[in-house]
Amino acid sequence: MECVFGLVGDGFVIVVADTSAVNSILVHKTNEDKIMKLDSHKLVAASGESGDRVQFTEYIQKNVALYQFRNGIPLTTAAAANFTRGELATALRKNPYMVNILLAGYDKETGPSLYYIDYIATLHKVDKGAFGYGSYFCLSMMDRHYHSGMSVEKAVELVDKCIMEIRSRLVVAPPNFVIKIVDRDGAREYAWRESVKDTPVAQPEALEV
Amino acid sequence: MKFDTSGLESTASVFGTAGGDLVDGFAAAATAFELPATKDFDGFQKEAVQMVKPAKGTTTLAFIFKEGVIVAADSRASMGGYISSQSVKKIIEINPYMLGTMAGGAADCQFWHRNLGIKCRLHELANKRRISVTGASKLLANILFSYRGMGLSVGTMIAGWDETGPGLYYVDSEGGRLKGTRFSVGSGSPYAYGVLDSGYRFDMSIEEAAELGRRAIYHATFRDGASGGVASVYYVGPNGWTKLSGDDVSELHYKYYPVVSAETSEPDQMVEA
Repeated sequence: MECVFGLVGDGFVIVVADTSAVNSILVHKTNEDKIMKLDSHKLVAASGESGDRVQFTEYIQKNVALYQFRNGIPLTTAAAANFTRGELATALRKNPYMVNILLAGYDKETGPSLYYIDYIATLHKVDKGAFGYGSYFCLSMMDRHYHSGMSVEKAVELVDKCIMEIRSRLVVAPPNFVIKIVDRDGAREYAWRESVKDTPVAQPEALEV
Repeated sequence: MKFDTSGLESTASVFGTAGGDLVDGFAAAATAFELPATKDFDGFQKEAVQMVKPAKGTTTLAFIFKEGVIVAADSRASMGGYISSQSVKKIIEINPYMLGTMAGGAADCQFWHRNLGIKCRLHELANKRRISVTGASKLLANILFSYRGMGLSVGTMIAGWDETGPGLYYVDSEGGRLKGTRFSVGSGSPYAYGVLDSGYRFDMSIEEAAELGRRAIYHATFRDGASGGVASVYYVGPNGWTKLSGDDVSELHYKYYPVVSAETSEPDQMVEA
């Protein structure tokens, strides 16, 4: 099941998400990128129902872009987080979006920041956060091994530890993960951690006519 | 001032004045249908609608390979335990370059695919070029998302060929839309996936790919009671789609597993005690 987590390091934020698209017991896809680039220095890692997730994050992305077009300056990470929360809160009493979001960003003034926003429109500024079944494992691991001012290497090491723990302890563990980083140079994909390829090359004799 | 309420009165009274036992019976019947004997009427209604919603059990699949896209499906429609048809077209021809598959509610799928076909044609007329598979699937996904939670039941794959080459998307009534190279939808999909995943190679020939699709549908209909009928296979290439085959799965069964005549060794004669 879904696992999304992230942490703030020294001058950067790292976010991780599983890449499985699941429908009850069926895995439709194992390379679905659930971390969206909101703008040049913001990442949105989202978990939740697939329709809501895509529709809502795209809606936020387009509105953040619209703000930048109109005003000539981008929203700060804090502003984007508050905007996102507001939209979730408005939708909550009408037809709620079932999405949980980790919003990571880097601002010149305030540096790296990470926001925890859930579907009932809770907003928290955090150093480390997680959603989904994987959160039970990686929250405690991050509590134990996290310290402020971690280097990218240390953070990736911790993130890999979390992925390994999820893979080995979670019954419904997703096989693949994507890791993204945002720092002063912008948001970018850092790496994929794949144990299953989406299009495996099967043995040729499997098909007999 | 007095309202004229005559229009609200039941016509039963008109019959009633004529008198007679037979007509009185009519009068009682004309008032209302009998309600089902249940405390939870909404629940009953929901269940009843669910029970007769056709095409619930289905196997459909589609995959991209070297030459294009293969789309295959069974043809059974069931209403609960009753097989209501063995000859349903579950592969819907949206336009000469695009196919949709049908799983879930038959009417919902048919209606929204036809609706999508109209939108695609209008796009073509407005822009003087065919719509991309990406665009078409997103049109459908956005419509379905706007109706989410209102009871639509659609599980579909949009497969086709556009300017970028072959395209395949999975779209459902929860608003989900996934791009991919290999999908199967419906109650028989786990069985179909089993055959599809183990036999799939990107560099298959069209014949090999069609046989893989056919075989996956056959094996799904063998294990899934709600799937059956005819296994149809379509191929979408650079020049649009063609229907490659439509085989009765019970005939396929004897083709794949011919009846082997029983061993010639005679059973031992019964020895009298």
